[in-house]
Amino acid sequence: MTHSAAPATGIKRWLYTTNHKDIGSMYLIFSLIMLLVGGTMALLIRSELFQPGLQLMQPDFFNQMTTLHGVIMVFGAIMPAFVGMANWLIPMMVGAPDMALPRINNWSFWLLPFAFSMVLSTLFMEGGAPNFGWTFYAPLSTTYAPPSVTFFIFSVHIMGISSVMGAVNVIATIMNMRAPGMNYMKMPMFVWTWLITAFLLLAVMPVLAGVVTMMLMDIHFGTSFFDAAGGGDPVMFQHIFWFFGHPEVYIMILPAFGIVSHIIPTFARKPLFGYHSMVIATSSIAVLSFIVWAHHMFTVGMPLVGELFFMYSTMLIAVPTGVKVFNWIATMFRGSMTFETPMLFSIAFVVLFTIGGLSGLMLAIAPADFQYHDTYFVVAHFHYVLVPGALFSIIAGVYFWIPKWTGVMYNEAMGKFHFWMSFIGVNLTFFPMHFIGLAGMPRRIPDYALQFADFNMVASIGAFLFGLSQLIFVYNIVQCMRQRGCPASPEVWESAEGLEWTVDSPAPYHTFQTPPVIK
Amino acid sequence: MEIVTRIIQLTVLACISVSTHSAWELNMTKSATAIGREIHGLHMTIFYVCVAIAIVVFGIMLYSIIRHRKSLGATAKPFHESTVVEIIWTTIPLIILVVMAIPATQTLIAMYDTETSDIDIKVTGYQWKWRYEYLSEQEQGIDFFSTLTTSQDQMIGLETKSENYLLEVDNAVVIPINKKVRFLFTAQDVIHSWWVPELAVKKDAIPGFINESWTKVEKVGTYRGQCAELCGQGHGYMPIVVKAVSAEDYQAWVKEQKSKQLNANKVEELTMEQLMAQGKASYDKNCAACHQVSGLGIPPVFPALKDSPIALGDMEKHIDIVVNGQPGTAMAAFGEQLTPTEIAAIITYERNAWGNNKGDSIQGAEIVSFKQAQGQ
Repeated sequence: MTHSAAPATGIKRWLYTTNHKDIGSMYLIFSLIMLLVGGTMALLIRSELFQPGLQLMQPDFFNQMTTLHGVIMVFGAIMPAFVGMANWLIPMMVGAPDMALPRINNWSFWLLPFAFSMVLSTLFMEGGAPNFGWTFYAPLSTTYAPPSVTFFIFSVHIMGISSVMGAVNVIATIMNMRAPGMNYMKMPMFVWTWLITAFLLLAVMPVLAGVVTMMLMDIHFGTSFFDAAGGGDPVMFQHIFWFFGHPEVYIMILPAFGIVSHIIPTFARKPLFGYHSMVIATSSIAVLSFIVWAHHMFTVGMPLVGELFFMYSTMLIAVPTGVKVFNWIATMFRGSMTFETPMLFSIAFVVLFTIGGLSGLMLAIAPADFQYHDTYFVVAHFHYVLVPGALFSIIAGVYFWIPKWTGVMYNEAMGKFHFWMSFIGVNLTFFPMHFIGLAGMPRRIPDYALQFADFNMVASIGAFLFGLSQLIFVYNIVQCMRQRGCPASPEVWESAEGLEWTVDSPAPYHTFQTPPVIK
Repeated sequence: MEIVTRIIQLTVLACISVSTHSAWELNMTKSATAIGREIHGLHMTIFYVCVAIAIVVFGIMLYSIIRHRKSLGATAKPFHESTVVEIIWTTIPLIILVVMAIPATQTLIAMYDTETSDIDIKVTGYQWKWRYEYLSEQEQGIDFFSTLTTSQDQMIGLETKSENYLLEVDNAVVIPINKKVRFLFTAQDVIHSWWVPELAVKKDAIPGFINESWTKVEKVGTYRGQCAELCGQGHGYMPIVVKAVSAEDYQAWVKEQKSKQLNANKVEELTMEQLMAQGKASYDKNCAACHQVSGLGIPPVFPALKDSPIALGDMEKHIDIVVNGQPGTAMAAFGEQLTPTEIAAIITYERNAWGNNKGDSIQGAEIVSFKQAQGQ
């Protein structure tokens, strides 16, 4: 070993690091910052929608906020948080000393601050930031877009490169660096779900890169991919976008399934029920995710047969998803449960994600979707799967593993307070959106008719409660990072299973330089 | 299954007797059409299925959370695999889905049946208004734009908001009851989506493409909706108002529209004051969303008109850009959207407002001859 065992000091440590733990920490801190930025935008949106009328901003700025909120939360908060966890945990869980491609790992992280600085800088450009929604449908995002769209396209390319490199790294690590004896069916669920997620990323990020490149061509090089006047097809944009977009939503939820599958068995003091069926269900969801994309487009005027195909395939997704939920409940059943913060967030995940799943089943019924499509019902649905779904699982995971990462136990009372404030806040924000959607409020409007006023006010109050309570989370994390709190034991939890609990807390800078023995 | 759906529909209709426009509304809007009620029935059925699943799943979970906790001395039973159980909870949802798919398929087939319509209306989405062209022989020539009438002052709180705030238009689309009306949707610029909840019709209006949908309204009434697809900054400001009327009222309306259409291109000579007054009104309604009431625009996408080379330059060029638009940009061609008099008033206003003080003016007749010279 020519490498020194201790990390370099100062800024160089973070710029040059190839250590999976350092890079994991940077990803996690970056995503936390993005969560706060995107969250601030959400609060601006909810402030404008607090009551009817235009109070705080012009409609164009409102559209910029909804667009950036979506882009930042999806690509800046949720995805990097999962990659950060993958970095920290996958090598330790499979008994590897590091990720397989450490330099690529460094690069894929350091691309992100540049990509998002560019996205945020569009706010200060002439004509303003992108204002066409995070789904950027052409021709609104091409012919009719502000000039900053070019910077948006470039930063999407950078994010895509970063994601693809991250995915390659995860696949290479899992396939090549498992400790001897750890065959595929012995891998922890988080590793399994990330392996499948990485393949999804590899498959669809290039599709996203393709579609934004076609936009770039339309805007600057005179092509007409999405311009009907030049023989192009605006609907084709949506097909390509959602061929990326639907697997993308599973990219944001499969690692969450993995995290919860670690936490629930730990606090139920029972092994995960149906490990094999969990692996099969995750794989089935991934495969199905490629043939359901047009359920986002039931109203574009597809032929009847197309509508029926996408309705049936979408309904089918409910089956493997149901299996996962049933397995988690069977894991809790006849267990010996305790309710520490990670468990509370995981239980809330199961309940609220299921609510989001059930409204998804409603949206799958194509005739009814004609009434739901592009309303607040859809906004309620996808926020239920992304906030108390993906985000709660990330929060649960941070509470669960932060003692391992920092060597310090987080403040349990504060964690529980954070949970209850978040739980109440999230439901107060998003549940009424089902009602205003059904009553007929379209999404992405800066002002609304008077009959939607009451529930909008409730949602806005909930949003502030939810948003502000995340500051408790930030404080709790920062305290751990500053080493304020009780030191954690190597096992941390009474009955946690997995290789990561066999090393010290905090995990040493280098772990498993000699592979562990797997029984 | 049909009976079950019917019972659910009736129960739902009985339960939700409050007005659709009341606040704190919880459920999907009641429909004024048979197919809308079918959709509502499907919505309720799938909703009850979801509630039933939720009760069972969350019930077991809650039981387990209450009973199987360590603090009560529960000890873990380490069972963790059962193929039989897995097969059961894969099969039951599958059966529920197949049962749901049958009525959903039937309704979808009915929604797609746009054949044998009595009246055809072409609906075109513009940033940010709707255009309605009646295509059937009897209504030949009826063609108008429908624009939001809610004032800026109501939006910024200087005036009390009216009952139909943001849901009111100058020209409603009028259809007769109990007739199958087919809509043909397209768009001029970006994608819009025409949605009236009570008719249960939502269809994207896509530039270069034509989509179809239909309705058969049973009750006389006014039905309001909104654009459902993000189409730029005016997305929240292009409502839809459908007036369903009796056969006689419809005939009378058609007659009135036809005579109105004949007089549409008549122009009259206006004084400078009249031009400026009408110009301001038409400008605020049609141009201010982009170029702003102040004329300052939102550069660079929506250029300022104050001190602009167009407004202070050659008259011919100014007329051309308003009548024909600027292809490849958000500037629409207003030649067919507005009357010659309105266009003349707007141009005069733009040349003289906000300190532009160009001093010249133009009459509707000159717009007519400009358009004729271009073969329009």
